[in-house]
Amino acid sequence: METKAPPARVNGSPVGRRVVLGMLGLGAAGIAVGRYATEMVSSAVASTVPGLSAVIPATGGFRIYTVTNNYPGVDPKVYRLGVYGKVKTELSLSLEDIAALPQTRMVKDFQCVTGWRVDDVPWSGVLLSDVLTAAGADLESTALRFFSFDGAYTESLTMEQALRPDVLVATAMWDKPVTREHGGPVRLYMAPMYGYKSLKWMSGIEVVDAVVPGYWEQRGYDIDAWVGASNGRNDEPIA
Amino acid sequence: MVATTNPSPDQRVARFTRGVRWTHRSVTVLMLILLATAAGLYIPDISAIVGNRPILRNVHIVSGLLLPIPLVLAVFLYAFRQDATRLNRFTPDDWRWLRSRNRRSGTIAVGKFNAGQKLNAAFTLGAIIVMLVTGLIMWQNAFFPDDIRTGATFVHDWLTFAIVAMVAGHTWMALNDAEARRGMRTGSVSRAWATREHGQWAEEFTEEPSAERN
Repeated sequence: METKAPPARVNGSPVGRRVVLGMLGLGAAGIAVGRYATEMVSSAVASTVPGLSAVIPATGGFRIYTVTNNYPGVDPKVYRLGVYGKVKTELSLSLEDIAALPQTRMVKDFQCVTGWRVDDVPWSGVLLSDVLTAAGADLESTALRFFSFDGAYTESLTMEQALRPDVLVATAMWDKPVTREHGGPVRLYMAPMYGYKSLKWMSGIEVVDAVVPGYWEQRGYDIDAWVGASNGRNDEPIA
Repeated sequence: MVATTNPSPDQRVARFTRGVRWTHRSVTVLMLILLATAAGLYIPDISAIVGNRPILRNVHIVSGLLLPIPLVLAVFLYAFRQDATRLNRFTPDDWRWLRSRNRRSGTIAVGKFNAGQKLNAAFTLGAIIVMLVTGLIMWQNAFFPDDIRTGATFVHDWLTFAIVAMVAGHTWMALNDAEARRGMRTGSVSRAWATREHGQWAEEFTEEPSAERN
């Protein structure tokens, strides 16, 4: 037979309640200053423990998104990047073909429309304008469509945007091949725009006569996604 | 019923009612689901292995919305309110216990919960509320300005690490005390354990009922 306790006789100070209220206060303060704190943490970690942000995104790393149920993957030997539509020569580029085109490297930030930013990422690959030149794209055409081999993700740019010198068909980040979660083997890097324009797992570039809104634009995001001047955001533009 | 003289050390004393145990179980299961899906959503290397991001996201959101429900329902249980009251209040002995170097020796007799358990409970409740609010902001982000979204993400991220540390500590303490686990599993503990770990509480079982008790 077990013994039941009589009603509790409780005295003392309500420390538990104070701890809970204190945490709510700290939480509210954290929400208020979090934007600046995030930047401070990122730069502090970048200068002290550079590898940490790859493991813990809160220290300034990429948060990995995909629009399908997993990370699409492809055998690098089988991979081809198609360039088609209003072009003189349709291309089907292997990774070797892409490596044979003029290479460009740039160190620039990546800004997500949800608020996080990764500073000073070294990107390498071929300028989109060099790929378009190689295919003899009709530069009078007004727009481009981009397709992902995940079967769902699409993007768009105007021809004028595409010819900028900071738009890359990227094959490397941090001087290593673009990994599967970052959209490898080949992804777009549209430096001056929010991250969703930098299509991952790229397999096709089509030259067309009109902008067709991409995956995220169909879900309410701006088509012209300039960092700091779209989507109602005020982030610092990508220099 | 109340025990009187010469209690046997093997005697079982009631520690947690069925309702309190089920509350603890429900919160545990939801918390573990939340931590597992969080890892799959958040740590890049785990994301790469697990994939299925939309499913993880939905499971995470639904579990997060469910998490407060067992606690809210438990408020209707008398025994839960009693335990919550005990957890809330810090006596001078609790402070002495917390400051002493040999607090595990049983020299300072404490009540049904020691100061560590009280702090753990308060932290857990505060963390659940803060995670719920910041999670709602991240989920329904269209209704909030950018800076609030970023701020909520910051809090949700870093509080997660504190919660992981707390859960790990809580689990470690439980793994090292079979009788404490038995208390949460079956509802009762041995009188010997109660006397050793929670001396003031054990005393309650031997006292005569009196008019002073409220």
